[in-house]
Amino acid sequence: MQWLKTIVRELFGLFVDDGSFALAIIIWLGVVGLALPHAQTDWRGAMLFGGLALILLESATRQARR
Amino acid sequence: MIVAWTSAGPSMLAAFLASLVEFVEALTVVLAVGTIRGWGGALGGSGLAVAVLLVIIAALGPALTRIPLDIVQLAVGALLLLFGMRWLRKAILRSAGVIALHDEEATYAKEAEALRQAGGIGRGWDKIAFATAFKITMLEGIEVVFIVVAIGAGGVGLFVPASLGALAALLVVVALGLAVHRPLASIPENTLKFVVGVLLAAFGTFWVGEGIGVAWPGADWSILGLVAGFFVVAMFTIPLCRARAGTRVSVDG
Repeated sequence: MQWLKTIVRELFGLFVDDGSFALAIIIWLGVVGLALPHAQTDWRGAMLFGGLALILLESATRQARR
Repeated sequence: MIVAWTSAGPSMLAAFLASLVEFVEALTVVLAVGTIRGWGGALGGSGLAVAVLLVIIAALGPALTRIPLDIVQLAVGALLLLFGMRWLRKAILRSAGVIALHDEEATYAKEAEALRQAGGIGRGWDKIAFATAFKITMLEGIEVVFIVVAIGAGGVGLFVPASLGALAALLVVVALGLAVHRPLASIPENTLKFVVGVLLAAFGTFWVGEGIGVAWPGADWSILGLVAGFFVVAMFTIPLCRARAGTRVSVDG
């Protein structure tokens, strides 16, 4: 069963290698999906992209500093 | 059914490039298994894994069509985003020199040495060769299955272009493997991962947006805008990472 555990671990690793990076993406999707609909804005697409771009930039530069 | 090329083209390209990277990684290990321990176990293990993967695709494809499209787009889009952004972040860090580039020759040498050390070569049924080829084909193949299913499930009629992209990648890698009999080390893997990361991040963002009811300007054309947007952000981030890493080195040093 070791190979099955390896596959499950690899599957998880497909989506998550830096926990805080993955968590930030999920939280931002939640904010845009749940909170922003009440803002009645047509800019949700741009806000979705902008947040993700900032998360990518912050996470990569933080990793580079380590 | 007519599928807009603005969706089908990038879908096929993303599936092709992403699958190419995965197949190249699998080929490296299968080549090591075949060369060191014999081709019976290598091809047998890979063949069984491909059969299992085809069963998974046959089961998952129809099941996904029974779920409402907006829910599939939201779930698959979120997974695609996590996957694509992870690849893009890693490709940025590799391009900036923060982490080492993936080296197929080194992977081959390491795998070949481990297979030699395992012993028992040439004594009938080679369990180690079979298991090693099965495992690597399953691991890399599951990633390909996820990519094809995720890209294909994101919109009506996208499953065929995504599958064709992956199939084309398989044929290219098998043909190159047969021709050169060596790991495909000259394929610019990090550049491919960078491009795929940009494409998958753009697809994921678009489909999550569709799933939560975002009215994208220009409908499908927004995918191209998102591709351009992620590309610009990634290109802007590389020198920033390089500068940060340089600062760290000079402070440490």
